[in-house]
Amino acid sequence: MPDKPATQEYPAIWLQGAGCSGCSVSVLNAVSPTIGQLILDEAAPGKHVSLRFHPTVMAATGRLAVEIMLGTEAGDEPFLLVLEGSVPTTISEIAGSGPDGKELDFTEHFVELAKKAMAVVAIGDCAAFGGIPASGPNLAGCKSAREVMAEHGIATPLINLGGCPPHPDWFMQTVATVLLYGLPDASALDADLRPKWFYGALIHEHCPRRPDFDAGKFATAFGEPGCMYELGCKGPYTYADCPRRKFNGGVNWCIDAGSPCHGCAETEFPNLGPGLYRKIDAGSLPRIELTADGTLAPVVPGPYGSTEGA
Amino acid sequence: MQTNITIDPLVRVEGHLKVECIVEDGVVKDANCSGPMFRGFERLLIGRDPLDAQQIAQRVCGVCPAVHGMAATLALDEALGVNTSIPDNGRIIRNLILGSNYLQSHILHFYHLAALDYVDCTKVAGYDGPDEDLKSVKAFIDRGVLAPFVPRYEGDYRLPAEVDRAAVSHYVKALTMRRKAHEMLAIWGGKMPHYVGIVPGGATESVTPDKIANYMSRLAEIRTFIENVLIPDALAVAGAYSDYFAIGKGPGEFLSYSAFDQETAQPDLTKRARFFATGVATIGGALSGLQANRIREDVKHSHFADATTGKHPSEGETEPDTAKGHTWLKAPRYDGRPVEVGPLARAVVGYLSGHAPTKALADSAIAALGVAPEAMASTMGRHVARVLEAKMLGDAMVGWVTQLKPGEPTAVPVKVPEEGSGMGLVEGPRGSLLHTIDIQGHKIARYQLVVPTTWNCSPKDDKDVPGPCEQALIGTKVADAENPVEIVRIVRSYDPCLACAVHVVNVRRDTVAKVRAV
Repeated sequence: MPDKPATQEYPAIWLQGAGCSGCSVSVLNAVSPTIGQLILDEAAPGKHVSLRFHPTVMAATGRLAVEIMLGTEAGDEPFLLVLEGSVPTTISEIAGSGPDGKELDFTEHFVELAKKAMAVVAIGDCAAFGGIPASGPNLAGCKSAREVMAEHGIATPLINLGGCPPHPDWFMQTVATVLLYGLPDASALDADLRPKWFYGALIHEHCPRRPDFDAGKFATAFGEPGCMYELGCKGPYTYADCPRRKFNGGVNWCIDAGSPCHGCAETEFPNLGPGLYRKIDAGSLPRIELTADGTLAPVVPGPYGSTEGA
Repeated sequence: MQTNITIDPLVRVEGHLKVECIVEDGVVKDANCSGPMFRGFERLLIGRDPLDAQQIAQRVCGVCPAVHGMAATLALDEALGVNTSIPDNGRIIRNLILGSNYLQSHILHFYHLAALDYVDCTKVAGYDGPDEDLKSVKAFIDRGVLAPFVPRYEGDYRLPAEVDRAAVSHYVKALTMRRKAHEMLAIWGGKMPHYVGIVPGGATESVTPDKIANYMSRLAEIRTFIENVLIPDALAVAGAYSDYFAIGKGPGEFLSYSAFDQETAQPDLTKRARFFATGVATIGGALSGLQANRIREDVKHSHFADATTGKHPSEGETEPDTAKGHTWLKAPRYDGRPVEVGPLARAVVGYLSGHAPTKALADSAIAALGVAPEAMASTMGRHVARVLEAKMLGDAMVGWVTQLKPGEPTAVPVKVPEEGSGMGLVEGPRGSLLHTIDIQGHKIARYQLVVPTTWNCSPKDDKDVPGPCEQALIGTKVADAENPVEIVRIVRSYDPCLACAVHVVNVRRDTVAKVRAV
């Protein structure tokens, strides 16, 4: 096709901080578009995401890779910064090494890139909210992109994609949206900077086991039918479109697989409630219709017995 | 300009590993493996509800959460007193979940991590045939912006052009195959990475005929790929690079905990009937039973307090001391010695144990390649062992999925005791994984992990004996320090679940080349 206009390149840099790479692997599982379409082909007509630096996907040798990253950072071209993993601020790690052989401190490097980026996408709970590395004693001082950017007065637009890991569509379709329509305006994001089109609805309101909840039919052990509220389901607290979208090409998702929702798309994960498999406090449930006599659930012994103070 | 650009469409697995080699007169004289990332997983589990462990521990690694979930669940099974009462459906679902991730991991490792050390992708630039995947790659090259597939090490790339092109085409197909392997896993696991489908006591997903049929269909497609594409490609690489059967030997001693329970009546995991063989073996033919109490972890060269050295993981502590050491990895030792773990280790232990499918596949591969059996302890032997294991496991999984019984239970109820302890021993794609848990006051009081890459990429121990990968590197000839392709090939043959920053340091310890070979 000789008449085809030149493809517009959209440079992107993907940094990995304190995380597990699960978000990268989740993105590899994307179906529409696939990772091959995103990187090799034009993600939107005439537009190609040029993934300049990605510690998992890239094939480069590090010195050359870092040179390319620094070149993107120093150039005039606008670029997208993706952060996976939280920012370890006290026990920092090495982000790579520059052409002079000097090692780059991860936190400093993230700050410099975030200042210059056209936008930052924080993928996954670690980057968006601190996540698991920040959930315990947090020996490495892990912080979210939002916290670090606020501390350094960085006003670059930020999009948070919660989930541990996020559904690949949440990332791929956010990128496609940016290519097609530009950065979403503030009204498209919720208070936690998540795109409302993915995180706008409560899981509980679209749950296939919702009729069981309304009828007071509760599972008390794994593998049983019924609402998994007693098994610690966080669906009543969690905003995400998992029930409609499902995971891994739509073959399944947590509640369909007989597991309570752990609330992994929420800002508090993994500390939403007393434990991933522990019942949350009924008093703080959103207002919803309960059983006919106004009670939430028949009193049933939990499947694990008591754990006082849990 | 385009003719000088290399395309390396290669997905690298993650983590943070640094390998420093001191090269003198073109030979590696010393090597140090370091893990520069610290997240404090063992510490953040303390005080949590024990049931959370199998979910939180998966987040150690998004590339291999399946086996971390399994190890944690096995430890919890014991601690909660249900380890001998897992229903068959629950046991089989666990095996199908773990098996799916083995297939995913082995396909991903060969094509997206390792192959591009051997395959020359620039040959695709001249392609004018009908293959859609190659046309897509060629169009990408023609646009001239090659990120993220930026230059590789220059080295000796020996495959004929048509084999190179086929491998690139298979790289793209392998992306689809590994995705489908995760879809298989999600049929029982709910989602992947970080699946939810197994719990202490069994598995959560109900068994229905449609799920079995769905799983079997995807498994058949992946097995066809393994047999007709992955294994021929791997053998072609092994044939062209047969000198790598003499490079990167390592200590020559191997460990396997085995995996894939075939029964759960036996509480001792080292004696339980499992699909792989269990034991400790040497490439010279010595074989002995596994005694888990012989595992110790040294910390002389690690960023951990010296007072915590030499302990069994069940007594282990995670006490950072950044004033000392060069790595966040401890140095695990079996009976005081460094041992290799992973597919080659399972193959050696299996072969010497008379494990029939291992023997049959290994004998045919050794004959086809024309190498001595001892040469399997090598860079190339690890690749061959890995792809053969994918076939062996895929074949076995067909049998397992048909043993599921629709409608029967998948789990037994569990109760968290006030006190308890358990140890999970299991083989993941990359090797031997151990989790231990202590419960006090219904909460996690201690949690320790010894992961496969800690075995393989361990630092020197308290006696300054190098770890397996370090031993494999020492003595290696490096033709060009600016392009240390030999080092990268050796390190990647272990499938380290870490990003590798390889430093090549000359004898004066000036950094001459430094790479983050992630």
